[in-house]
Amino acid sequence: MHNSKDFKIPIGPQHPALKEPEGFSVALKGEKILGVDIRLGYNHRGIEKAAEERTYIQDIYLIERVCGICSHSHSTCFIQAVEEIAGLVIPARARYIRTIIGELERIHSHLLWLGVAGHEIGFDTLLMYSWRDREVVMDILAAITGNRVNYGMNTFGGVRRDINPEQSREILKALDILEERTKYYIEIATEETTIIKRLSGVGVLSREDVLRLDAVGPTARASGVKRDVRVDDSYAAYGELTFDVITDEACDVYGRTVVRVKELMESYKIIRQALKNLPDGPIAIKAPRKVPAGEALSRYEAPRGEDVHYVQANGTEKPQRVKIRAPTLANVQAVKHMLRDRFLADMPIVIAAIDPCFSCTDRMIALKEQDCAKGKIISWPALHAYSLEWHKKQGIDFTELNKKLAARGQK
Amino acid sequence: MLGTLFYILIFPGFIFLVSFALAAEFIDRKIYARLQNRVGPPWFQPAADFIKLLAKEDVVPDESNPKMFKVAPIFALAAAMSAFFYIPLWKVNALFSFNGDVIVVLYLLTLPTLAFFIGGWYSTSLYSRIGSVRSLTQLFAYEVPLFMGILSSALLADTWSLKEMAVFYTAHPYTWAFNLLGFAVSLISLLGKLEKVPFDIPEAETEVVAGGFTEYSGRMLAFLRMTLDVEMVAGSALLAVVFLPFGFNVNPAIGFVIFIIKVLFIVSLISLLRTVFARLRMDQMINFCWKYLVPLALLQLLVNLLLKGAFFR
Repeated sequence: MHNSKDFKIPIGPQHPALKEPEGFSVALKGEKILGVDIRLGYNHRGIEKAAEERTYIQDIYLIERVCGICSHSHSTCFIQAVEEIAGLVIPARARYIRTIIGELERIHSHLLWLGVAGHEIGFDTLLMYSWRDREVVMDILAAITGNRVNYGMNTFGGVRRDINPEQSREILKALDILEERTKYYIEIATEETTIIKRLSGVGVLSREDVLRLDAVGPTARASGVKRDVRVDDSYAAYGELTFDVITDEACDVYGRTVVRVKELMESYKIIRQALKNLPDGPIAIKAPRKVPAGEALSRYEAPRGEDVHYVQANGTEKPQRVKIRAPTLANVQAVKHMLRDRFLADMPIVIAAIDPCFSCTDRMIALKEQDCAKGKIISWPALHAYSLEWHKKQGIDFTELNKKLAARGQK
Repeated sequence: MLGTLFYILIFPGFIFLVSFALAAEFIDRKIYARLQNRVGPPWFQPAADFIKLLAKEDVVPDESNPKMFKVAPIFALAAAMSAFFYIPLWKVNALFSFNGDVIVVLYLLTLPTLAFFIGGWYSTSLYSRIGSVRSLTQLFAYEVPLFMGILSSALLADTWSLKEMAVFYTAHPYTWAFNLLGFAVSLISLLGKLEKVPFDIPEAETEVVAGGFTEYSGRMLAFLRMTLDVEMVAGSALLAVVFLPFGFNVNPAIGFVIFIIKVLFIVSLISLLRTVFARLRMDQMINFCWKYLVPLALLQLLVNLLLKGAFFR
């Protein structure tokens, strides 16, 4: 991509600009970026493999921990797939509650993003303000679900907790506060000179590029592409609620900011409707422990964009295969494109503008040998042997323990 | 001899300056925090930070030039402190004074930036190098309007000495009101000198970690941070004597209080400005300085030339 004579600086894996560790290597000429190399994989946690070794019920809690911010998105997406295989039709009330939690999550995610974006352009006041207001929605989430993140709200066949009338009054009260604050942020984002200076014209991604690189979520919508799973392939209660898909023609970071703050207003609208039309009835139906063989693909509009889960069931109580594609994976390719010929100073905000969530994205590790441009593919037994050898060099011998474990496994 | 030593080391020299600088940092941080809806640090936080850093280990990178790396912070602190001695504080007499000291003060306040550059450059880290080049690039943008703003006030007083300027403005009260434009220009340029938002480009943490300071730790980092504090106090005191020249011929005790209030007023203006702006990009910063600040400083110069021709021959 670029030769070694360039001035290359590492942004990450550990760098103050990144809220999660991930490796970027930037080739610079003065302040100008010549090229960016992105190396995914630093955060690989083996979630998919772990999911195959647990039962479906355990998997809900595991999948919920794919992402700290959009935990409800991932668990809902996974559950939808499993419910489709099992042929479960969940009660209407459960669908509405899932929608409400999903939108509250979107509010907290977008407010969090606004603060991070402010910090990336050196506007810490915005960070402090939006995170203060984010507490309002966090408190509401904690009141309904018992947790600020990782709500544990979903289960097969419905949800685990109900929303009582008193709670719904609390939510409405909080929404009024948030709506007022959001109007203020819309005003700031569209009028503050230094913000506009730092955001407009930065990280341009044209409509054609969005379609070519398959960007999703607010990144795509800010380039005028009306792409929203909530409308395109509606799930939960979205089909019964009216709301607008916010798009913007600015095609830059500024557009992405405007789309996100305006989406907040839509979320308030959705929650108000959902609370008003909240149907009566049970919140869950009984689900079987074993899921019949089959496969399903589920889509969900997470705050960062389209989240895709694929589940293959084999008739036991554990899934055969779980595949997660987080929205960041779809958007991260666009970052490279957006950074071409920009300044180093734009790098943090351009990366932040896709609202990256790297640990959700990382599905594999490419082991790279030093001074070797291409990766090396290594088989599982070879990797196993390599790890034993490596630890032996460090002075720890796992060979005996390994033999014992293997013997126990055979029993 | 003993008196001079007392002046230099204790009051209004070293000890007073350091405690005042720490107090100013506290005020700055507290106002910044309150404006951002935070609680902010307790009053002793800057001093506690300083002492803590003094106790920490000094790490010198292997690749660096140890001599330059170690000398730069001390050099910067010494320069910023000596600038303070030439500034009249609450009486028209400064500790030292001669004709042309306004230029010397401005240059002494430039030296820390050069020292930051040298320290950052010789620490050889990539982030440090980018940061230090940035601080030097920035220097060329804000230095011109700062000089022009301050010298236009000197022009009206027809002297290159801060003492004479104080005498002139005391003799002609309220003429300082003509210099308000120059005050605004110099205050904004001072933000660049102090590397504060919106001009904190050299140490923009989301881009270059801590810029030229990245590799510094322990005592040397403590000195660098102290330099910034002293520079803030010295710069504010300079702006106070040049643009807010009143309260020099009253009772020294009252004059002292007025001096403290003036400096803290300027410090709080700095905190306010850094609360309401986002960080600019380097190209935008240079554009801003040359497109807006320099013409405004020139306008101030023109106004003062006309005033001088009309009234103060």
